[in-house]
Amino acid sequence: MQTIDLETSGLRDLNATLHAQAQETNQTNWEIINPKGSHAVAVGLDAPIEVNVKGSTGYYTGGMNKQATVHVHGSAGPGVAENMMSGSVIIEGDASQYAGATGNGGLLVIKGNASSRCGISMKGIDIVVHGNVGHMSAFMAQSGNMVVCGDAGDALGDSIYEARLFVRGSVKSLGADCIEKEMRPEHIEILRDLLEKGGCDAKPEEFKRYGSARRLYNFDVDNAGDY
Amino acid sequence: MCGIVGLFLKDKALEPKLGALLTDMLITMTDRGPDSAGIAIYRAEDSARSKLTVQADAPDTAFDGLAEKLSAALGAAVSLTRNDTHAVLHVPNGLADTARKSLRSVAPDVRVMSFGDTLEIYKEVGLPKDVAARFDLPSMTGTHGIGHTRMATESAVTTLGAHPFNTGLDQCLVHNGSLSNHNSLRRKLQREGIHIETMNDTEVGAAYITWKMQNGATLGEALEASLDDLDGFFNFVVGTKDGFGVVRDPIACKPAVMAETDQYVAFGSEYRALVNLPGIDDARVWEPEPATVYFWSHDTAPVSKKEVA
Repeated sequence: MQTIDLETSGLRDLNATLHAQAQETNQTNWEIINPKGSHAVAVGLDAPIEVNVKGSTGYYTGGMNKQATVHVHGSAGPGVAENMMSGSVIIEGDASQYAGATGNGGLLVIKGNASSRCGISMKGIDIVVHGNVGHMSAFMAQSGNMVVCGDAGDALGDSIYEARLFVRGSVKSLGADCIEKEMRPEHIEILRDLLEKGGCDAKPEEFKRYGSARRLYNFDVDNAGDY
Repeated sequence: MCGIVGLFLKDKALEPKLGALLTDMLITMTDRGPDSAGIAIYRAEDSARSKLTVQADAPDTAFDGLAEKLSAALGAAVSLTRNDTHAVLHVPNGLADTARKSLRSVAPDVRVMSFGDTLEIYKEVGLPKDVAARFDLPSMTGTHGIGHTRMATESAVTTLGAHPFNTGLDQCLVHNGSLSNHNSLRRKLQREGIHIETMNDTEVGAAYITWKMQNGATLGEALEASLDDLDGFFNFVVGTKDGFGVVRDPIACKPAVMAETDQYVAFGSEYRALVNLPGIDDARVWEPEPATVYFWSHDTAPVSKKEVA
């Protein structure tokens, strides 16, 4: 295992070292110590490596990730796993605003709570939150799955397109064009798989599913009240 | 962007370190706001004297004989302690507000940064580390304080445009965000007789709180009312003689993180502002909820939180 101490090594060096790992690297296991809320830790990775961050991070941890597994043993600041393409990002603590925003693929697991705008404009990413999510989560979500084992704040799924939202707890309010939908057997299977991947012991049957009513796809003045 | 820090001590053993801890937090937030920096600190109280912190562009001439001139105007003994471009005027208790008004005629080139029994405000343009050094902020002791690093958006980069803003006796406020209805609100408050010095949006927010409290609201009620009457984005962190409060607008897009231990309550725009506080690894760390007022006080229950629907 390689260890990089952010107190002695700069952030640019850290990311350059991680970017230099080729597809067939033998150095697959990395540990980052003393992150102390640093921004942009382990961003833009594109190799099948595992990066363990020992402590809490600032903005944009694991952003634009491809292939790698980034595991934060602490909490993460705003924009964690933003625009992830593949691989996974796991946060042991809480995540701040817009976690997983615009993610195209991969898996984001937040073991604590996520703040507002979790999964905003998600485009294929799977997000599993063990705790609660804040207001405006999954705003304009286009594709992918969001699993919330706790509660969701105001305006869940506002102006949502096609993503699936599964919430076990309460939903403070639904955003424009977001409705509760029937939980069919295929959704139970998708959810069971996501809960397993996300390390949750919740039962799929305890969740409700939310998604788009598809009324806002095209502008129609009769829908003005929904915007 | 702007960076905000705040530290409210519960443990008296930390009081000698307040200035050093706050300075460290402030400097960490430099890249959120390199234009100017300021700190409001609640320092030991002389039970017989109140304080006015004043600033002047030409302190050598402005502070020369200032205490004597103010003594004559008030008919009471005033002393002055200078610190770089700032000075603290010590006036007999109960005369702080009168002294503040007198200064406008006695020394029009001197600006009042704060008035109160324990509050002192130091702020200047420049990098936070330079501002901290010129006032020797790390050496200051106190019970609680707030600080601000400014990235100017709504008004000029000047000392008066820097935060914190003093909003009434021993009250101050720092802000991250921008208010969109500050011009109309400024006119309304000025019609109500509230003195507003600058074109800065935050000063309007501060003046609004003062106006509400002059009309009988508690600080908590004034902060709650701000959620209805202020448009735009705001994280406010406020200090009072014995308390420390936080409120975020309902959209809450400006970052905020808080930490609490048996020794202190701390606020930072980012977690990294808090990483060098003692015992932070075991602290309760959380993000304050939108449209929610948080308040801690030395005088009353240690924490109160009220959610506004």
